[in-house]
Amino acid sequence: MTAIPHDDHAHHGPATGLWRWVVTTNHKDIGAMYLWFSFAMFLLGGAFAMVIRAELFQPGFSLVEPEFFNQMTTMHGLIMVFGAVMPAFVGLANYMIPLMIGAPDMALPRLNNLSFWILPFAFLILVSTLFMAGGGPNFGWTFYAPLSTTYGPPSTVFFILAMHIMGASSIMGAINIIVTIWNMRAPGMTWMKMPLFVWTWLITAFLLIMVMPVLAGLITMMLLDITAQTSFFNAAGGGSPLLFQHLFWFFGHPEVYIMILPAFGIISAIIPAFARKPLFGYASMVYATAAIAILSFFVWAHHMFTVGMPFAAQLFFMISTMIIAVPTGVKVFNWVATMIGGSMTFEVPMLFAIAFVVLFTIGGFSGLMLAIAPVDYQYHDTYFVVAHFHYVLVPGAVFSIMAGVYYWLPKWTGHMFHEGLAKVHFWMSFIGVNVAFFPQHFLGLAGMPRRIPDYPLQFANFNMISSMGAFLFGLSQLLFMFIVIKCVMGGKKAEAKPWEGAEGLEWDLPSPLPYHTFETPPKIK
Amino acid sequence: MLKRLRPFSLLAVVFTALMVASSGALAGWELNMRQGVTEISQEIYSLHMLMLYIVCIIGVLVFGVMFWAMFKYRKSKGAKPATWHENTRLEVLWTVIPLVILIGMAVPATVTLAKIYDTPDADITVKVNGYQWRWEYTYLADTPEEEVSFFSSLATPRFEIRGEAPRSEFYLLDVDNPLVIPANTPVKFLITANDVIHSWWVPDFGIKKDAVPGIINESHATVLEPGTYRGMCAELCGRDHAYMPIVVEVLEPEEFEQWLAEQRGDVAAAEQDDSVALTSAGQVRSFIQ
Repeated sequence: MTAIPHDDHAHHGPATGLWRWVVTTNHKDIGAMYLWFSFAMFLLGGAFAMVIRAELFQPGFSLVEPEFFNQMTTMHGLIMVFGAVMPAFVGLANYMIPLMIGAPDMALPRLNNLSFWILPFAFLILVSTLFMAGGGPNFGWTFYAPLSTTYGPPSTVFFILAMHIMGASSIMGAINIIVTIWNMRAPGMTWMKMPLFVWTWLITAFLLIMVMPVLAGLITMMLLDITAQTSFFNAAGGGSPLLFQHLFWFFGHPEVYIMILPAFGIISAIIPAFARKPLFGYASMVYATAAIAILSFFVWAHHMFTVGMPFAAQLFFMISTMIIAVPTGVKVFNWVATMIGGSMTFEVPMLFAIAFVVLFTIGGFSGLMLAIAPVDYQYHDTYFVVAHFHYVLVPGAVFSIMAGVYYWLPKWTGHMFHEGLAKVHFWMSFIGVNVAFFPQHFLGLAGMPRRIPDYPLQFANFNMISSMGAFLFGLSQLLFMFIVIKCVMGGKKAEAKPWEGAEGLEWDLPSPLPYHTFETPPKIK
Repeated sequence: MLKRLRPFSLLAVVFTALMVASSGALAGWELNMRQGVTEISQEIYSLHMLMLYIVCIIGVLVFGVMFWAMFKYRKSKGAKPATWHENTRLEVLWTVIPLVILIGMAVPATVTLAKIYDTPDADITVKVNGYQWRWEYTYLADTPEEEVSFFSSLATPRFEIRGEAPRSEFYLLDVDNPLVIPANTPVKFLITANDVIHSWWVPDFGIKKDAVPGIINESHATVLEPGTYRGMCAELCGRDHAYMPIVVEVLEPEEFEQWLAEQRGDVAAAEQDDSVALTSAGQVRSFIQ
């Protein structure tokens, strides 16, 4: 907040010109910048994926050398996880949480500005490593030591710096979200009246502030190994490469839930809106989300079944992982029960939400299979795993973001998007994603390891099909960009509540949203 | 609705076509895990199929109910929305049933896991050492002179990779010196690495064990059928990660003894068993030279 008396806010708009975006402390501006930034990163990470799929279109060196291929897989993973999916959810949180809880803005607006504006610099540093001598990070997004320390390229220190900045941004964003939800709810907005998107983000923010410092510690240890000749992860100096993996996955497993819990919140808003029926089992949704978050701290070593753990540890991590299926199942059953007895229509946000439920569940099934330790010996580090996490991340997290964007776009812009084009986008994405990733299950079961630029001939057919699906999916995202820009520029005027069954405080506000909202708290029914 | 479903059915046609194609035993269309040639790999396969069937049944039920709801409760068909949004009995039911199913999965999984961890007394112990980017195999013995050790590197020529020559059948799956072990004999593998982490994976044995510098992992296999079995390094290990395959030749025990004796340079033993070497020339071909 500025020194200007509070009453003035309603009368002054944003600063003019580009400077507005640099100095803004407005949650809508910052939310929009997060979303645009994440979309830019989605296209960049997608372009890297296109290089990967083009190389794998057929066996042999067809396009790039293995060194560059490894940089592409690494950068694709890092950019999609830290640059596309996470900032998109933070953007949606910034934009929507104050509106959903009846708050005028985020609790810490200047921190909000800072947490966004350090991100572009982090990714500038990360992407610039591709042009450095020795190339960029080439050790996979999991950057296992000693490949990333003793054997890493010189640019690894810049990678560490970039990761530190991203982590700082995430921690600041998470603190801001927790403080906002805790303190700024309108009178009458009790805990169990909060929309599920707010609930899931509150829990996600706690996960973030718990695991991001672990990541920061891990990459600091790497930095010391590289520059100060310590031996945290160097076996020759008495360290252990396995320590790296334990720390990484203690961060990494909650991290994957950080990327999916807000998605559950979005889907829990959209399905009731288009089924015109209240969400089934609201309370159990909240408890299930909390249960998943707590369990996520006890399952990390299921990523490490092949490293050679004692039998008891193997059994513990297998069982704890399987238990996660229970709260996740509860969520899926609740969504289906919400549809039963409803009065459904299938606008674009609903199409994405339904595709999310089906395809995320398929990803959950393969996840359950991967949890079974003895069978995981055959699945581990193959394309079966690649198929699994792409099913939960692409038609899971990414589809939920797209569903949310289509759902709230009329509210943000004041215009309806082009329904026909958006349906084309949906079907192209849906077909593309399945053609790209479903055959990867077969490749993994037949024995194709992940992260290889070249493969034996028996894998040629499905790789070609997978690449074609990936190209279709990539192409359809350019259509998405066109639809969104077209909607921002103009279109049919949107009503305050463009979706008949939509519930929530945001729909009481006019479309497009005024620059300042809820300066006096709304009345909660 | 038909219009909307068309892409679904298209997808179904494509995948049915793929299924049919694969049943015709066409190479390159494998859809499923290999059963393998050890008791453990076959047990892993059964467990995999059990899991697959269970998730498929759950999927059909859940998606079936969902698509039924999508057809029945459509606004365009005049469905009026209900207002119910809770049912404690139902919610308890769909928490407990999955728990029971999970226990049903965990029991056979634990039995198999215990079997994998139960290392038998092995007559032969092979140390597997991962390097960037080749494997070193050492047959441990009581005295250093009796130890046999050699490197196993990719044999696929560079011009095949570069696409300057037609690719052979075992493109990227051929090595200069395969690992040789006897059939129907417990063999112990001690797996470690010299530089970065690798992973030694032979799908037909049901073994995938990370080769970690500074740590010695243990695994074992009793292969039921002689033959040639191929695998690849399964942990990203740098530039040539895709180019360090694993080839294991499994011989009848007596042929293996013959081979091991030859490797030890024990000429007398080799001459004595000359006849065996000739009859199995196909299998031991790469070692005669």
